Amino acid sequence: MFDIVFWILAAVTVGAALAVVILRDVFRAALSLVLLFLTIAVIYITLYADFLAVVQILIYVGAISILIIVAIMLTREVWHGSPSGKLRIPALVVSLLLLGTLVFTVMSTKWETSSEPPQQPTTAAIGLSLFGEGGFILPVEITAVLLLAAVLGAIVLIREK
Amino acid sequence: MTLLEQFQLWLGSIWPGWAAYIVPAIVGIVVVLGFVLTMVIVFIWYERRLLGRFQVRLGPNRLGPEGIFQPIATAVKILLKEDIVPTKSDKVIHWLAPVIVFVPVLMIFAVVPFGERAILTDLNVGVVYVVAISSISAVGIYMAGWASNNKYGLISALRAVAQMVSYELPVVLAILGVVLMAGSLSMTQIVASQKIPFLLLQPLGFVIFFLGTVAEMNRSPFDLLEADSEIVAGYHIEYSGMKFAMFYLGEYGHALAYSCIIATLFLSGWQGPLLPPIIWLVIKVMAVFFVIVWMRSTLPRLRVDQLMAFAWKGLLPMAIINLFIVAAEVLWLSEITPWLMVAVNFVFAGVLVLLWSKLFTLGGGRVEV
Repeated sequence: MFDIVFWILAAVTVGAALAVVILRDVFRAALSLVLLFLTIAVIYITLYADFLAVVQILIYVGAISILIIVAIMLTREVWHGSPSGKLRIPALVVSLLLLGTLVFTVMSTKWETSSEPPQQPTTAAIGLSLFGEGGFILPVEITAVLLLAAVLGAIVLIREK
Repeated sequence: MTLLEQFQLWLGSIWPGWAAYIVPAIVGIVVVLGFVLTMVIVFIWYERRLLGRFQVRLGPNRLGPEGIFQPIATAVKILLKEDIVPTKSDKVIHWLAPVIVFVPVLMIFAVVPFGERAILTDLNVGVVYVVAISSISAVGIYMAGWASNNKYGLISALRAVAQMVSYELPVVLAILGVVLMAGSLSMTQIVASQKIPFLLLQPLGFVIFFLGTVAEMNRSPFDLLEADSEIVAGYHIEYSGMKFAMFYLGEYGHALAYSCIIATLFLSGWQGPLLPPIIWLVIKVMAVFFVIVWMRSTLPRLRVDQLMAFAWKGLLPMAIINLFIVAAEVLWLSEITPWLMVAVNFVFAGVLVLLWSKLFTLGGGRVEV
């Protein structure tokens, strides 16, 4: 049962990812990106990571894709798509090399799988490991400061003199 | 254990596994869908009658007793109209957009508790699920605005995106206050923990959440994206027939969904004396919707800059302060009587609302924001 679901999801995910790259219409490409994010969220659900799935939808579908679409709406002449540049062949070579490296790494790594049953519910466990004793509280705080710095930087950049 | 799971167990003893799994799910979905569609029809009638009263007229009262069949006549009228698709529109996206607006609205009802065990799925991330799913509707709205190939549609879509992104933050922060007090993200747990409704315990959080959700369901006075006087009808300007009906249904469905969520998070959901739970929920939902219609008929529409300023300078700082107050109280005051907390929070809410209202004063036709 889970196998069938996984293969359907995998096919949709890869198809959506390909559509993002191949489609000439930037808006449709952005929409297939939304589909990609959604299918990844469903894959999380099949892995018993409910909190992660919901957060994936909230942040990637609800926020990031919307920002991408706003950027597209503020772009002129979207319907022409991206014109081909001079760097097509170097780009092809580099991306093929990257793909080869990735496939080689994935195939040659010995993936360790845990035989323990999945933890449920995950929310409390995530919260404890982030904010509890001996958790990742320092990285969390550093991330917060980093994001604040990014926001301030963006405001300073666009501020009128 | 919810009623649905019990049904599944019982069916599992007589039917094969897959049927026992799928049939109760379908039954549950059909029951909830029936509730939603009936309530939407009631809502359309209720809003028209209320608007009539607020504007000192009668409202539709001819078709059936008190005009209750008027929404059905409206539905038939809309469905019989010709389905027009603009020539230069993006046909596929134009067709998909109403579906993507409508389906997430229905998905919200999966976690609305209608009774102690009457809930489709008691997700342990219930509240976050509601926020996440309802943010997908924004995708549908900008798809509609873009695919229509109409400048008003596009302006409306841009406004929708700005509005949704801005008002999501105060809404989520207000929900965090509720989650802190309830100690759980699950909707059943949140209802169960409300011996005193959170409306009394966190009045400020309720006001922020209410205003934020009214903005998210794009109703007046936050209905900038379909402002009839400037951009005609906004994102659904190029829609007619069945597709327009989907938007219409989606809009009222959204109002119903958020009324249910407000009733569940702040008005102690289905809890209440004497009457059965579902009746209590419907009463509370109707009360919430009454206030929404009241706001619509009383307040003029905001300008775009006022809308943004209200979210970022008004609701967001207040929501952050509210979260701090609630967190401190949960940490230090939880052993003391809750009524002390109620009093303290009402004082805080009054002071904060008064302070912030000074920021948004109108004077002599000049707006000082």
